[in-house]
Amino acid sequence: MPSRPLRITAYTLCSAVGEGRAATLAALRERRSGLTQNDFGSSPIPTWIGRVAGLEQQALPTELADWDCRNNRLAWRGLVADGFIEAAREARNRYGAGRVAVVVGTSTSSIGASEEAYARLDADGRYPVDLRRPIIHTPHSLGDFVQHALGLTGVSVTVATACSSSAKVFAQAERLIRTGIADAAIVGGVDTLCGSVLFGFNSLELVSPEPCRPFDVQRRGINLGEAAGFALLEKQAPSGAWLLGYGESNDAHHMSTPHPEGLGARLALSDALQRAELQPSDIDYINLHGTASQKNDEVEAKLVADLFPATTCASSTKGWTGHTLGAAGIVEAAISLLALEHQLLPGTLNLNIPDLACGPQIRRDNLQREASHALSFSFGFGGSNCVLVFGRDR
Amino acid sequence: MTLQVAIEGVAFWASRLPGWDLARAVIRGEQAPPEAASARPAPTLLAPTERRRAPDTVAVALEVAGRACEAAGRKPSDLPSVFASTHGDLAISDYMCSTLAATPALISPIKFHNSVHNAAAGYWSIGTGSLAPYTAISAYEYTFGAGLIEAATQAACEERPVLYVAFDIEAKGALASMAPSRGLLGAALVLAPASAAQKQRSLILTTESVAESRPTAPRSAAAPLVADNALAPCLPFFEILAMSQPRTLCLALSKQMALNVQVN
Repeated sequence: MPSRPLRITAYTLCSAVGEGRAATLAALRERRSGLTQNDFGSSPIPTWIGRVAGLEQQALPTELADWDCRNNRLAWRGLVADGFIEAAREARNRYGAGRVAVVVGTSTSSIGASEEAYARLDADGRYPVDLRRPIIHTPHSLGDFVQHALGLTGVSVTVATACSSSAKVFAQAERLIRTGIADAAIVGGVDTLCGSVLFGFNSLELVSPEPCRPFDVQRRGINLGEAAGFALLEKQAPSGAWLLGYGESNDAHHMSTPHPEGLGARLALSDALQRAELQPSDIDYINLHGTASQKNDEVEAKLVADLFPATTCASSTKGWTGHTLGAAGIVEAAISLLALEHQLLPGTLNLNIPDLACGPQIRRDNLQREASHALSFSFGFGGSNCVLVFGRDR
Repeated sequence: MTLQVAIEGVAFWASRLPGWDLARAVIRGEQAPPEAASARPAPTLLAPTERRRAPDTVAVALEVAGRACEAAGRKPSDLPSVFASTHGDLAISDYMCSTLAATPALISPIKFHNSVHNAAAGYWSIGTGSLAPYTAISAYEYTFGAGLIEAATQAACEERPVLYVAFDIEAKGALASMAPSRGLLGAALVLAPASAAQKQRSLILTTESVAESRPTAPRSAAAPLVADNALAPCLPFFEILAMSQPRTLCLALSKQMALNVQVN
């Protein structure tokens, strides 16, 4: 049962650079970064972060109060941006509430709420009363929230494979549609800043004390960010960009370091191109994983230099958003779709002197250019890799 | 919609039912359950230094994953895999939250990278050298059914056998009041595309929109032994697998979506 291209009939994103497609596109054009000095929590480590403003004051509709927490507040911001929620509700009315699947990715979901509860345990070691809501203390908090917010009743799954999570959702949703379990799917991802990731990545000595510099020879590590993004996938529609293919693999190498030759990443790429029936020379733009960690960028730069012609433009947009972990897949899928829609291929922020491993494909500057096909790379902890292939609406 | 897949291998491990042969005999009423809980299985796939410090999630997931491949006669590195867990590593979540509340700068880097939901899947792929894709999912009380659907769609779409592993462990600390789960429970299946000539047992999966999903209740002597683990909703499926005659059961995929499973 071969995979078939799907239409992307609505999409949106919300990150430190702004809410919705127009704000994101403007930030890309103006090369305006959303990164700021870390001010998250009471004892912030010295790094930069991509923080979404105003989540502390963000209210949820009364009927969704049980799901209230930073991660679901950001999910709500994403759902209401660009009229996505209206498009999702139209799909629900068209196909039926049980026929629209929810497949969303995250790495830490709403663990921030559990962290807060532990910081405010009562004298008997019990949760504070306001946080005694089981659904926000489990990984599926996100998928359950999105399903309820959209009034859907079908399959609802949360994918948590670290930084590849919200790329792999496209593959899982495509299978649900191909086998007829769903007619359409809401895919996406949300991750928010929390102590676990800030102190956790700091303990691995992977965070940069300065704004991250993907592919720069002097890069010093990652900046963490938070973001939400969603896309609506349908089998048939009169218009919309295309999900042409996807490839999944893993490294079988190490829990927190990529394979030195990018073995898994290469497999995911060849699987993705094969499904899309495309060659490397057909690819106009690649949104790289480009975290600005020493290892990732070195391995990824080599892979791109080995496999793509100089005409393919490749960049990392982490200098705008930070590394949004489980949301990185959908954020960068949305940026790839913006690139195709507006023929604007974003460059790489904070890239001064490229790493020796970089070929001519990796770009510093933005480029306005005809583009039909884009790839988005997502590589995660535990060696999980996913490559997505998008085609321009035509 | 209907999906048909063959079952090539089955594995099961619970603290009070360590192994599929024993669990099946208890379900069939042929054997009394052991009096005491077993020590957790040793993750022999890992290097000796890593075995002892492997989290419980990794120990129980790797045990059932390995046994299911053995039962299927499949080489683990050939199989894509689906790992499903309701709550992931509850013990590490408790460690992360309590350390962050007290001494955040002292977070252990190993505990942090083991805290990801795909840690068990990652260790499995490293231990077996498998480059085939894995995924790691959660769907709260519907986790087992959601993972079964994902594994079956992979087998049907990609036309290759798929390993499905589901597990949940014991909750620790204050988090146990919100995400209650006791003991270890792991279950695994090797599913393959259905073929006309197959000798194995097979599953026919059908989803159905309903006013209110009513999953089949557990009924065997095994039920009380796993009832307080978060993955307990998987038990009725294994109760039916333990019987030799074809039967059907219902798992829930949401409050209003049933997954009807015909076990042949």
